[in-house]
Amino acid sequence: MSVDISVNGEVTTAYINGEIDHHSAASIRTAIDNAAELNMPSLLILDFTRVSFMDSSGIGLVMGRYRNLSRRGAKIHITGTSPQIYKVMQLSGIEKIATIDECKK
Amino acid sequence: MKIINKFSMTMSSRSANEGFARATVAAFAAQLDPTLEEINDIKTAVSEAVTNCIVHAYREEIGKIYISGEITDTNVIKIKIRDKGCGIEDIETAMQPKYTSVGGERAGLGFTVMQCFMDSIHVRSCVEKGTTVILTKKISHRYISNG
Repeated sequence: MSVDISVNGEVTTAYINGEIDHHSAASIRTAIDNAAELNMPSLLILDFTRVSFMDSSGIGLVMGRYRNLSRRGAKIHITGTSPQIYKVMQLSGIEKIATIDECKK
Repeated sequence: MKIINKFSMTMSSRSANEGFARATVAAFAAQLDPTLEEINDIKTAVSEAVTNCIVHAYREEIGKIYISGEITDTNVIKIKIRDKGCGIEDIETAMQPKYTSVGGERAGLGFTVMQCFMDSIHVRSCVEKGTTVILTKKISHRYISNG
């Protein structure tokens, strides 16, 4: 598991790699929070293209980032989800707090 | 309905074992020739059940998680995940979406995912004795033509 960060002006993108579960979520959270604190983005893009599995720990991860970022008006966008990840996302009603692209086939 | 294969294993309630548990169950389920979606549903549900054991049942300790599975000649997989942890006082409340008894960043969706991704879920619990979750799913028959 790892997170690659790219910054383009006020947009910070976190490319998450590997599997997201309760075990891996803590280190992903730290990596994203450190980048968000440093760059103060107005938009945080979470890219799941290289995520091979996600359970509801991933929902907790998005909700937690939303709580931190929404305090200063920043938004979250989710992209690159597989059908499995998209299914978990849809179940949670995550589109109420973040925009999400259709899943890749 | 006849059981055609079964397995059982015991593991420590360490979070590093979450991936091991879902991969093992997925490998066992593969005998039924599931679709990718079906195998992902099973992996996700198992991951939630095992995480509940680690986060809730054994929140202050490392205990044992007992996982067993069986498949039948009717293409049904049944997975039992059992712990000897703190137990659930009110199962109905615990199964409500967004309910979580721990803080942090748990979404409270574990049981919701299990209910939606499997055909059935049965939960039995006794406070201070432990919890058993039984998940079942019928795998669709796929007929492959040999031309």
